[in-house]
Amino acid sequence: MYDKLFPPRKIELPSGKIVLQKRSRTPLVVLLLVICTIASAQFTGFSLRLLVTRIHEFFTIIIAMIPPDWQSLSRIWSPLLDTIKMSLLGSIIGAVVALPVAVAASANIVQSKLLIVLSKAVLSLLRTLPTLVSALIATFVFGLGPMAGTVAITLFTISYVGKLLYEQIENVDMGPFEAMESLGMTRIEAFRFAVMPQVLPGYISTSLYCFEGNVRYAAILGYVGAGGIGLLINEGLGWRDYPAVGMIIFVLIITVYLIERVSEHFRKKLI
Amino acid sequence: MNTIEKQLGAAPRRSLYLGTIAVIVGALFIWSLTAVNFNQIEQNSLKIAKNIIYGLTHPDTELLFNVSKQSVLYLLLETVAIAFLGTVVGAVLAVPLAFLAASNIVPKPVSWLTRLVLIVIRTVPALVYGLMLIRVTGPGAFAGVLTVGITSIGMLAKLYVDAIEELDKRVLESMTSVGCSTFEKIRFGIVPQLLSTFLSVMIYRFDMNMREASILGLVSAGGIGAPLIFAMRSYKWDQVGSILIGLVVFILIIEFFSNKIRARLVKG
Repeated sequence: MYDKLFPPRKIELPSGKIVLQKRSRTPLVVLLLVICTIASAQFTGFSLRLLVTRIHEFFTIIIAMIPPDWQSLSRIWSPLLDTIKMSLLGSIIGAVVALPVAVAASANIVQSKLLIVLSKAVLSLLRTLPTLVSALIATFVFGLGPMAGTVAITLFTISYVGKLLYEQIENVDMGPFEAMESLGMTRIEAFRFAVMPQVLPGYISTSLYCFEGNVRYAAILGYVGAGGIGLLINEGLGWRDYPAVGMIIFVLIITVYLIERVSEHFRKKLI
Repeated sequence: MNTIEKQLGAAPRRSLYLGTIAVIVGALFIWSLTAVNFNQIEQNSLKIAKNIIYGLTHPDTELLFNVSKQSVLYLLLETVAIAFLGTVVGAVLAVPLAFLAASNIVPKPVSWLTRLVLIVIRTVPALVYGLMLIRVTGPGAFAGVLTVGITSIGMLAKLYVDAIEELDKRVLESMTSVGCSTFEKIRFGIVPQLLSTFLSVMIYRFDMNMREASILGLVSAGGIGAPLIFAMRSYKWDQVGSILIGLVVFILIIEFFSNKIRARLVKG
């Protein structure tokens, strides 16, 4: 289609042979992107002037956060621990539940087409649902508090670990599995001894990585009343108590950094 | 004793190591159990859950398909616009930061400092940026664009850095040896190596930003989140159902196309 509109350029080589050079599609892509950008800017009311004249407000807030309010540290500990507990519990339960779901979604292990399609659909549905939205729904069912947050994180972990795990299972070397089946093992035994050793490092590493991300997600879940440190952030910003917010963010950064370091260490060991 | 049994016996025994890890994980699990309590689940929780499921499966089709300013389609369009423009803003801002953080371009202290800044940017939750930026622009989609932009910087820059540090320097050396100018070296030596990775990362981030933008409405920074939370707070689960269905279908469609484009980019 594109080649018909813009005919390829003909180049005659010194040997007399004629070759065709297709026209570049870059201008079309760039044009499309520019149109999309301008349309989005119109749609969202993007205005550079407003940004330039008012952006100092943003930095005023950041400067107000420094130095952080050390007095508020004592109030932060318990919600921070709640946040970590929520993400830990959600990650562990989610990672454990993800295993059977992922197995049910792997086309090379399970024979029933229906089960595969169903599990894959459930996994992608859960994955598209933003964590905050599932947390909100969970607060209606489980009441306000860390319970709702844990449920939301569990759901997200199932979808994330489940998807990556079934992709790994579908890519394993099926030779040992078939060999064990031919020796008379059941499919479950063959899965345990032929497939599990191949996917286990990847599975644990994905779960750890997911846990890292979950700490970050859990930090905002308090905003919808699902427990953890988010509630304090919201309160602090609402009352314009910026030093306290600065303290929370400072503590959060250190916590996330430490957890990332530890989990990175173990993930490197696994692979 | 045959060879197979010998081989089996030669396998390293790591039961102590594995046992320690199992005990630690178990202890952490029990420790984290103390955060949740089941007392809060009241008798009517089940009834509420039933209502929610009924509403989600019987969506408000009126809301889903009409074309007013409150309709799901319009809100989705706004969300996409926020995500798209936010990705563009973030992608542009991330490029200089990425070059400053690449240890093969700038001296060690500079790259270390930039990485620290990137970690800080990445850790602050999106909603916090949203709440702060609303003070700058006032509530609305514009605040959402800036929020998405800033939150994207962290991840984009990190992935850019990986691409920059893998630059093949031999290409540049051979270009120097045939007498290319600096501009030519950048245009034909560096840009082709980086562009496809950068684009692929941007498209991936756009995908994530769709999700990010759909919750920004919670802090009144535009997008589909605000009507969603209003519908929830007023227990109109059929409206929640139609919004969520629209959102999920839309995100899945975008994910499908972005995966297609990225696969083509990687193949070249």
